[in-house]
Amino acid sequence: MRRFTATGTGPAAAALVLAVLFLALLAPFIAGDPFDGGADALLPPLSAGHLLGTDDLGRDIWSQLAYGARVSMLVGVVTAAIGLLIGLAVGATAGFLGGWVDGTLMRIGEFFQTLPRFVLALIAVALFGPGLERVIIVIALLSWPQTARVVRSLFASLRHAAYVDAARVGGMSDFRVVVTEILPNVLAPVIVLGSLDIATAILLEAGLGFFGLGDPDRISWGTMLNGAQQYLRTAWWMAAFPGLAIALTVLGFNLLGDALNHALDPKARRA
Amino acid sequence: MKLPDIAKFTGRRVLLAVPMVLGVAVVNFLLIKAAPGDPAQILVGDYPAPPGYLEQIRHDYGLDQPLAIQLLRYLGEVAQGHLGYSFANRQPVATLILERLGPTLLLTVTALTFASLLGIALGILSARRAGSRIDAAVQVVSLAGYSVPEFWLGQMLILVFAVWLGWLPAQGSASLRSGIAPGMLERMSYLLLPALALSLRYLALIARITRAAMIQALSADYVLAARLRGASETRVVLAHALRNAAAPIVTIIGTNAGFVLAGSALIETVFGWPGIGRLLFTSISQRDTPVMLGILLLVSVTVVLANLITDILHQMLDPRVSGG
Repeated sequence: MRRFTATGTGPAAAALVLAVLFLALLAPFIAGDPFDGGADALLPPLSAGHLLGTDDLGRDIWSQLAYGARVSMLVGVVTAAIGLLIGLAVGATAGFLGGWVDGTLMRIGEFFQTLPRFVLALIAVALFGPGLERVIIVIALLSWPQTARVVRSLFASLRHAAYVDAARVGGMSDFRVVVTEILPNVLAPVIVLGSLDIATAILLEAGLGFFGLGDPDRISWGTMLNGAQQYLRTAWWMAAFPGLAIALTVLGFNLLGDALNHALDPKARRA
Repeated sequence: MKLPDIAKFTGRRVLLAVPMVLGVAVVNFLLIKAAPGDPAQILVGDYPAPPGYLEQIRHDYGLDQPLAIQLLRYLGEVAQGHLGYSFANRQPVATLILERLGPTLLLTVTALTFASLLGIALGILSARRAGSRIDAAVQVVSLAGYSVPEFWLGQMLILVFAVWLGWLPAQGSASLRSGIAPGMLERMSYLLLPALALSLRYLALIARITRAAMIQALSADYVLAARLRGASETRVVLAHALRNAAAPIVTIIGTNAGFVLAGSALIETVFGWPGIGRLLFTSISQRDTPVMLGILLLVSVTVVLANLITDILHQMLDPRVSGG
C-alpha cells in the first residue's frame, strides 16, 4: 500500500477511477434523463439548468456524460474480465504443459494479435449489428493474447521452482499445484494488465461510437463525439466534454496500471 | 551476425508469415459467410425475382458449392488480387483501395516518421536526466498522449488551429478552388493537423520504450568504458548507447506500423482525408461488405508484413538474439 501511494500516481489514479465510477453509479441521482430533448438546442455551457450546455437535439450534455460513464465502465470492466479469464486459462495451460500444446496455443495467440482489433471490431459490429454485448465480445476475444503470453512465461518459469516441486513431491495433484501454488504468484502482473486492458477497451468502444456503431439505445461518449463532428464550428462543447471524459478515464486506468505495477512488482520495490 | 545466418533466419520467418496471411484470409472468408443476409438476394436487390433466378445466381457464383470449395475459390481469387466487387461504387474493390492508397500512405508514413524521430529524441532526453523534472514532464506527457483518443485530439486541433485561429485548413487534402495543382506548401498545410493527431499516441509509446531502453544502455559497462576512453558525450549517447538500445525501439515502431493504418481510419474521417480510412467509413455506412473486408485484409496483411520486417531488423540489431 505504501508503494502504491509513494509516487503520487497511485492517489491520482485512484481519484480519477473513483470519480468515473461514482459518476456511473450515481447517474440517476445526479443527472437528468439523457434522452430528454426538452431544452433549447446548442445552449452554451453555464446556461441556466445546463451546466455543460445542450447538444443539437436540446439534450443536456452533463446528463449524457453521466450515463455515458456507465457504458464506458461496463464495456471496460466486463471486456477486461473476459479477456483476463481467457488469457489466464490459455497462458496457464501453455506454460504448465509446455511442449506442442504450448507451441500451438502461442501461435494462435500471435495470430489473434496480428488481427487489427479496431478494424475487425468495426467490421464485426457493422456486419452483425450494433449492441453492447457484441462490442464486448469482439473486443474481449481480441484482447486475451497479451495476458496469455505473460501468464505463460510466469508459469513456465515457476513450473520447476523448488517450492512447486516440493508440493508435487508431497503428493499434490497438478490441478491443485496450479491453483494453490502457482496462480497466486501470477495474479499481480495479471491485475496490472487488467487495468491497462480496461483503458484499451474504453478507447476502442469510443472509436466504435465515433464511427456511428455505438448501441443506439444507450448514450456513450463515443456516440456523443460522432454527433459533435458536424457542430465543431458552432458548438465546441459538444466535442470538448465527452472527449475530455474519455481521456481522463483512460488516463486513470493507465496510471492505475503503472501504480499497481510499481506497488506489486518485487523488482521495482528494490529499485 | 553473418549474412548467411540472416538469410536463413529471414527464410524461416517468411515461412512462418505464410500461415498468418492464410489465416487472415480465412477469417475474412468466415466473416463473409457469417454475415446476415443472403448474398444472392443482395445481388438481385429488392426487385421481385422470378422463381429459379435466385437458384441460378447461387449456381453462377458458386454459392451452392460446399464451404471448403468456396473457401479455396476465395483464396485463389485473393491470391490473384481480386477482392470482389463494390456494388455501391460500381468498381472492383482492389481498384477502389488502390486509388486511395496514396493519401493514406502519405498520412501514415508522415505520422510514424514524426512520432519516431520526436519519440526517440524525447526518450533519450528523458533517460539522460532520469529522475529530473524534464524526465517527469516527458513521462506525464507521454502517458497523457497514450490516453487521449486520437480522433478527439483531431477534433480539438481543428477547433483550435482551424476554427479559432484560422491558421490551417480543417478538412480535405487540398483546396478545390481551381484547377491549379496544389503546391508543396499547400499540401503540407492540409497534412499537418491530421498527421499530428495520428502521431501522438505512437510518439508517446516510442518515447516510453526509448527511455526505458536508454536508461538500461546508459548504465552498461561499455558506455562507462567509452566514457573512460574520453569519447564525447554525443558519441557515447548516439554511437554506443542508442546503438545498443535500438532493438526494442525498432520493435515498438515496427509492431505498431500496421496499427497506425487502423488508427488512420478515425483520423481520416475527422479530417475528411480522401484515403482508405474514409473509404472504410463510407463502406460501413453503405453496408458495402466487400470493401470493408478488402480493407480488413489489407490492414491485416500489412501488420503481418510489418511484424516480419521488424523481426528481421531486430535479429540484425540485437547482438544477444541468437539464430535459434
